Amino acid sequence: MAESSDVKVLGSWPSPFVLRARIALHLKSVNYEYVEENLESKSELLLKSNPVHKKVPVLLHGGNSISESLIIVQYIEEVWSSAAPSILPSNPYERAISRFWAAYVDDKWFNALRATLLAEGEEAKKAALAQVEEGLALFEEEYEKLSKGKPFFGGDEIGYLDIAIGCFLVWIQVIEKFSEMKLIDEANTPRLFQWADGFSSHVAVKDVLPDVEALAQFGLKLRAKFLKTPQ
Amino acid sequence: MAEQVKLFKTWSTPFGLRITWALQLKGISYEAIDEDLSNKSALLLQYNPVYKKVPVLVHNGKPISESLVILEYIDETWKQNPILPEDPLERANARFWAKFSDEKLILSVWSAFTKEGKEREEAMDASLKNLKFVEEELKGKKFFGGEKIGLADIVFGWLGNLLPIFEEVSGLKLLDDRFPSLLAWTKELSELPVVKYNWPPHDKMIIKYQALYEKFHPVK
Repeated sequence: MAESSDVKVLGSWPSPFVLRARIALHLKSVNYEYVEENLESKSELLLKSNPVHKKVPVLLHGGNSISESLIIVQYIEEVWSSAAPSILPSNPYERAISRFWAAYVDDKWFNALRATLLAEGEEAKKAALAQVEEGLALFEEEYEKLSKGKPFFGGDEIGYLDIAIGCFLVWIQVIEKFSEMKLIDEANTPRLFQWADGFSSHVAVKDVLPDVEALAQFGLKLRAKFLKTPQ
Repeated sequence: MAEQVKLFKTWSTPFGLRITWALQLKGISYEAIDEDLSNKSALLLQYNPVYKKVPVLVHNGKPISESLVILEYIDETWKQNPILPEDPLERANARFWAKFSDEKLILSVWSAFTKEGKEREEAMDASLKNLKFVEEELKGKKFFGGEKIGLADIVFGWLGNLLPIFEEVSGLKLLDDRFPSLLAWTKELSELPVVKYNWPPHDKMIIKYQALYEKFHPVK
């Protein structure tokens, strides 16, 4: 079992990607030190640990640094492989399905999510919201197939895809607030609605989710800053 | 059970080429199906409804899409000649650089190829900056994977043929003696039989990318 000084996470409280790293560590019962970074004034440690991207999250373990949230989650799974639960399924095909959908989240869906917050004009925002809903409809379908009647995409326990999607739940609430529409609800996405509740209240998740009001304030600031900067 | 492995790709796709290399490195028998992307087969659309793209690997009727996902699947299913190392830190590093190829380097190079004026200059700067990171990672190593090729080598493979073709067609200078380790690496890579014998035909590639270049840079 790692000493808490051995494992550090460099993060930022609004970041859903940082949540992924933290949830994975909690699932594996790994003690770690969390370091809140000021992204407006990045620390020497962050710049040294992630010189290519200069982003959070970064996992520091025994003097090594690992970057990119899904890569960090897989690293945690592989290092603490004897600690239950397994984050990825054991069957290679099921692993591929989890990885495929996690990649979809990062390559396609996240851009739409981000655009709902930062898009200029109603047209662009509507288009982004439609794409977010398209993604959620796909996740609703996949959830049915992958959960096989259990509470999570990973089955009895939170897994890779739960982490990949679930980290955005509070941001989704913020977007619902700003756009005055429901994205995950009992009518349109009944299974995701239940899953979201189970995920958010899971012991490995609930203490690190940001407060929705604070996140909404942050979102407004982010949008103001983004729209002021010449594109 | 008799294995049935099919690879849906096109004659030119660098992403499909990765899978060809992985399957051949592991000595896996497979059927290659070259798609015409302007007229996608019903099977392709059925196997990859989300993206409708190549490559798609179909193993005993089960489809897997996205080249990086496919590569990990192949490595986990067929254990001979591993693509990823055993050590978790080295695995994370290989995955990091694979991602860098596809999320940063390919995009900046493609922008340099397709854009004009100030946007082209910025894309060139970004591409050179990105290549410098890759050069540093490679320094002192024969391959990204060490003595044998691994995931990062397979994923960066497009630097060995597609990038020189972009350069030949557009006149852009990117992968030159500013990056000696990368140049040496492309030579080592291209000597491997699995790479040498699978490059798509050079002349056909020039025709294809010349036409594409002209589309993005119409003569006024």
